[in-house]
Amino acid sequence: MKHILDLRVVTVEHPRADYVLLKLTNPAGPMPAMEPGQFVEVRVDGSATTFLRRPISINHADEQELWLLVHCVGNGTRQLAQLQEGDTLNCLLPLGHGYTMTTGETRHYLLIGGGVGTAPLLYLGRRLQALGHKVSFILGGRSAVDVLQVELFEQLGQVYITTNDGTLGEQGFVTQHSILSQEHFDQICTCGPKPMMQAVVRWAKANGVPCEVSLENMMACGLGACLCCVEQTVKGNVCVCKEGPVFDMNELNWE
Amino acid sequence: MAQLNVNIGALQMASPVMTASGTFGYGLEFADFIDFRTLGGIIVKGTTLHPRQGNPYPRMAETAQGMLNCVGLQNPGVEHFCHDTYPLIKDLPTNVLVNVSGSSPEDYAECARHINALEQIPAIELNISCPNVKDGGMAFGVTCEGAASVVRAVRQAYDKTLIVKLSPNVTSITDIAKAVEAEGADAVSLINTLMGTSIDIERRVRRLSIGTGGLSGPCVKPVALRMVYQVARAVQIPVVGLGGISSAEDAIEFLMAGATAIEVGTANFLDPSTSQKIAEGIDEWLDRHGVQDVHEIIGCVE
Repeated sequence: MKHILDLRVVTVEHPRADYVLLKLTNPAGPMPAMEPGQFVEVRVDGSATTFLRRPISINHADEQELWLLVHCVGNGTRQLAQLQEGDTLNCLLPLGHGYTMTTGETRHYLLIGGGVGTAPLLYLGRRLQALGHKVSFILGGRSAVDVLQVELFEQLGQVYITTNDGTLGEQGFVTQHSILSQEHFDQICTCGPKPMMQAVVRWAKANGVPCEVSLENMMACGLGACLCCVEQTVKGNVCVCKEGPVFDMNELNWE
Repeated sequence: MAQLNVNIGALQMASPVMTASGTFGYGLEFADFIDFRTLGGIIVKGTTLHPRQGNPYPRMAETAQGMLNCVGLQNPGVEHFCHDTYPLIKDLPTNVLVNVSGSSPEDYAECARHINALEQIPAIELNISCPNVKDGGMAFGVTCEGAASVVRAVRQAYDKTLIVKLSPNVTSITDIAKAVEAEGADAVSLINTLMGTSIDIERRVRRLSIGTGGLSGPCVKPVALRMVYQVARAVQIPVVGLGGISSAEDAIEFLMAGATAIEVGTANFLDPSTSQKIAEGIDEWLDRHGVQDVHEIIGCVE
């Protein structure tokens, strides 16, 4: 069941000048259940140049709170950074299909994120941990300041970091981290810039590890009606907002 | 509670509010947000004789108070619609209309013939105005002869209510409206999107994959309203108005301009319950103004 809700902003944090972490509650009742990898379409009020809602990944969700970590890259997302505690944020949620979480046999998941793409992996890691799985993370960024919420990830499992300039963790890309040749992983889940995810998929295919990726194509409705956010897949053009945003790597027409 | 029923040809509607093709999927996508009984009908995604993959991504660019799209009629084809989709939506408690598109008059007619056989589809909307496909759509909608040829072919294959959706990308939309009326259209709907483009100045490229797209949203409303006003005075058949309608007040402007019914399009993307809110808002406005029947305001503006 999808909902349109006026959520209340209870905490506004700025982990970096161009990021905002919004913690929201639902005055009308418990927060609806949401799966890791699903997303929220938020209405941006007060920006003359922003017409459409903005799709934002779920950083954390439980019955009390929903966390949205937003990278402020345009007028719409910058307007979201102006929200104050006590303000209302109109949200359409939960949308799309999330990551596959297996139950039963304990598995070792590797969650690989880059930039703001690490946001949904925190919630995924929490849910996987609750299911008894072992979870490890590779978090990538251009520089140390791009790697956020490290202390929260460390509560869930081993955290490995790469930065392009070497200011934190190993220097290089996420697919170059030394842990990849040292440990065995049963499943990879990734979210981040498309070139990074394509490199992760190449590594996963070469090493025979199943992998799910989360896409962020530009979208309007978020419901599968406008057909704007399509990705070419083995089934033809499909809506990222409805059939995704999480896809098995083998569904995508990536080399 | 005012009288909201309106008729378009033989199509009887509980409300003048419909949802526009291409903005409402097949209705089911909006089931969590809408009480379908409040609507006059839903017009499902543009359907063609053969499946179409549509245009490559990117297909959308946001604009001030609107958006451009170049989806290009992606749809699984009429046979898939009849066998797989129709059974899922035929019993929705509102009129379910199909928008029909094609690349030749024969294509249009064959597609319409398939849908004519579906008992619970009381009407079609003929799309002779899609700006996003090279081999059809708008090519027919920009000349009186082209528009007439498609309507003539479809009229022979289709005996239920036939609404023809007109392009605003023409010199005289009233001439096109008169041409399709003369071929037996039961109504016209207008406007489809206005052709536009958008440029990414950092990358120095056009944002849409095929360069151009159709503009929709509140920014087109004054243009649409002017055309509805003109067409309503040029033809005898009912006019269905659309273009940027986002509120009950917007819808009432179109009704006063002469539209018998209206369609809600891009506004569905911002709030999936908009169409119901507009239907309820019209009712409240009529009550507040002591209007017993919506027909009292249809075309009331001189």
